[in-house]
Amino acid sequence: MEQKTRTLTLTEEEFVYPGNRACAGCGLGIVYRTALKALGKNTILVVPPSCLTVLQGLYPIAATKLPCVNVTFASTGAAASGVRAAMRALKKENMNVVAFAGDGGTGDIGIQALSGACERGEDILYICYDNEAYMNTGVQRSGTTPQGVVTTTTPIKGKTQLKKDVPSIVAAHRIPYLATASAAYPLDLFDKVKKAISIKGPKYIHVHTPCPPGWGFDTRYTVKVGKLAVETGLFDLYEKDAEGFRLTDASLRLSGKPRKPVTDYFNTQGRFKSLPETMVADIQKDVDLKWAGYC
Amino acid sequence: MHLIESGNVAAATGVKLSRAQVIAAYPITPQTPLTEKLSEFVAEGSLTAEYIPVESEHSAMAVCIAASSAGARAFTATSANGLLYMNEQLHWAAGARLPIVMCVANRGIGAPWTVWNDHQDSISQRDGGWIQLYANDHQQIIDTVIKAFRLSEIVSIPVMVCYDGYLLSHTYMPFEAPDQDRVDAFLPLFSPKNKLDPDQPSNFNTVTLPDVRPDVRGNLAPGYMEIRHTLHQDMRNSMEVLKDIDQAFLDAFGRGGTPFVEPYRCDDVEHVVVCMGSLSYHMRDVIDQLRSEGVNVGVMGVQLYRPFPDQAMVSALSGKRSVMVFEKALSYGNQGALYADIKSALYNVDRRPLISNHILGLGGREIKTQHLYDAVKQACGNPETLGDTPHWIGLKCQAS
Repeated sequence: MEQKTRTLTLTEEEFVYPGNRACAGCGLGIVYRTALKALGKNTILVVPPSCLTVLQGLYPIAATKLPCVNVTFASTGAAASGVRAAMRALKKENMNVVAFAGDGGTGDIGIQALSGACERGEDILYICYDNEAYMNTGVQRSGTTPQGVVTTTTPIKGKTQLKKDVPSIVAAHRIPYLATASAAYPLDLFDKVKKAISIKGPKYIHVHTPCPPGWGFDTRYTVKVGKLAVETGLFDLYEKDAEGFRLTDASLRLSGKPRKPVTDYFNTQGRFKSLPETMVADIQKDVDLKWAGYC
Repeated sequence: MHLIESGNVAAATGVKLSRAQVIAAYPITPQTPLTEKLSEFVAEGSLTAEYIPVESEHSAMAVCIAASSAGARAFTATSANGLLYMNEQLHWAAGARLPIVMCVANRGIGAPWTVWNDHQDSISQRDGGWIQLYANDHQQIIDTVIKAFRLSEIVSIPVMVCYDGYLLSHTYMPFEAPDQDRVDAFLPLFSPKNKLDPDQPSNFNTVTLPDVRPDVRGNLAPGYMEIRHTLHQDMRNSMEVLKDIDQAFLDAFGRGGTPFVEPYRCDDVEHVVVCMGSLSYHMRDVIDQLRSEGVNVGVMGVQLYRPFPDQAMVSALSGKRSVMVFEKALSYGNQGALYADIKSALYNVDRRPLISNHILGLGGREIKTQHLYDAVKQACGNPETLGDTPHWIGLKCQAS
């Protein structure tokens, strides 16, 4: 088993400047900073409209020290394919081509281009930071918004539908590497990004990314909330590749052990305030069933 | 090399000779044989390029945008609804100042579905910041494709090469394919000043404010409006560049000389018919017949539609008794787009001609030479009575 990165062995070089336009406590701030450290200098980024567009700054000032092309909302997977094609045409083979998109840009409006890129076997890494709603436009529901969550387009009663399982959709393309990660476990994310870029073909990492203003918690609790999602078994850290499926890091450590009740997670956030008791019980049952399948 | 091939193959041959490096396309009738041919060139190794068989036209243009941003010569092709599906990407490519070349095999737009020719697809994209060139035959298709790459890379503006679906895309005609070494001499390798490069990292197409803003060194950077104003100015200035490229092509290959408009028997005539695409060549038969009957009329094809060659229009049409604009597209609820543009160009001339608008051939409705003959003859006879309302040629009944 490969050496796990620890705080002391984490790359020191930064590729995104501090003082960027991320909100206080932004989970994406952690995800972006950590992923870029793992990617290193030889990287071209492809970014659709999202919170990241704002984080990166307003022309002519940019917070990122890597080349980045901002593209239209629905086109990320195809645009990353285009950068890779150009790298092949220009004989620059040792370049990481990395798409960095939100959950709407990935699982909703961008899913067609992503599916096309995966099916074609494009040599790209696609990182989806999932903050579970359209946060950049002011917290509207997305396909990955969990059931029961109040957003500005699911007011009062909350979202009635289930969270779309985007990693499973991507996995159906049988790509060589797929992982989930969390902003609350940046070292695990770092190692997964490192591993992904060592593999040829399409790679996908889906990162659970807490959002203080969108989820309704205090900016100091980003990591706590992210960890609770994992510790309650609601969001699981795993990898899927040629060797199969395996839980990783905190989720692996949770295996066979009692998990915290899902209410511990729901109670930390204002967005779950309309969640009825019956739905909570159903969700707990689903989580238990899912984990029974892991053992 | 002399070939007898379809218009689509003429286009594909032009792309091959231009050494496109990244090609992305989604099949749509009548563009399909062009992309099939390009994938064949790539598969057999006669063209060294990356061929990306994307899942949509939106993604085709996304690949071209990204590849061009990364410094590769990019090409795509489409028709009709495929072009419309690219719409936001077309604006994006122009705003990002990317020298992408795209062929449009012109086709009518649904609904209702039609696969046949008119010009509504490319005309509907006239305001997006792309240069639009129209070819009239197979020789012009291949020549225009090669010129389009040189033009787009000099002015950093994408170029659309439009030719009539089926009428040109699927018919066979003889044309000359220039030798590769002579095309290489005419069209140098693409080496953009700005590209995605970790050694000089920059963030392309970032959010840009309404006002100007200093950069980290205190130098003033343009706002959105300055950037768009520059695009407009560069579009206007691209006409001079096109003229020079056309001259260079004429010097190298012996063809060209009419970069903006292509007049036929227009010297000292009373009346001029104006049209775009293969219709302008079809119209030549009508002109020859009418001239033999003593009607003093010529025809002028429009080869550059955006930027609009208004000065060329003024030079060619000022002082004529009448101008008849025949077109295969219109701005619904108003008039033909080409008609409105020509009328606007002629507004300030001293000797303003009478001008009329004739709509025909929508959705592939057959354009009979007899219909053209009757319409032009009648219009030349009574130009004062035609008014400003479009005259529809070839209607057979009313839709209910």
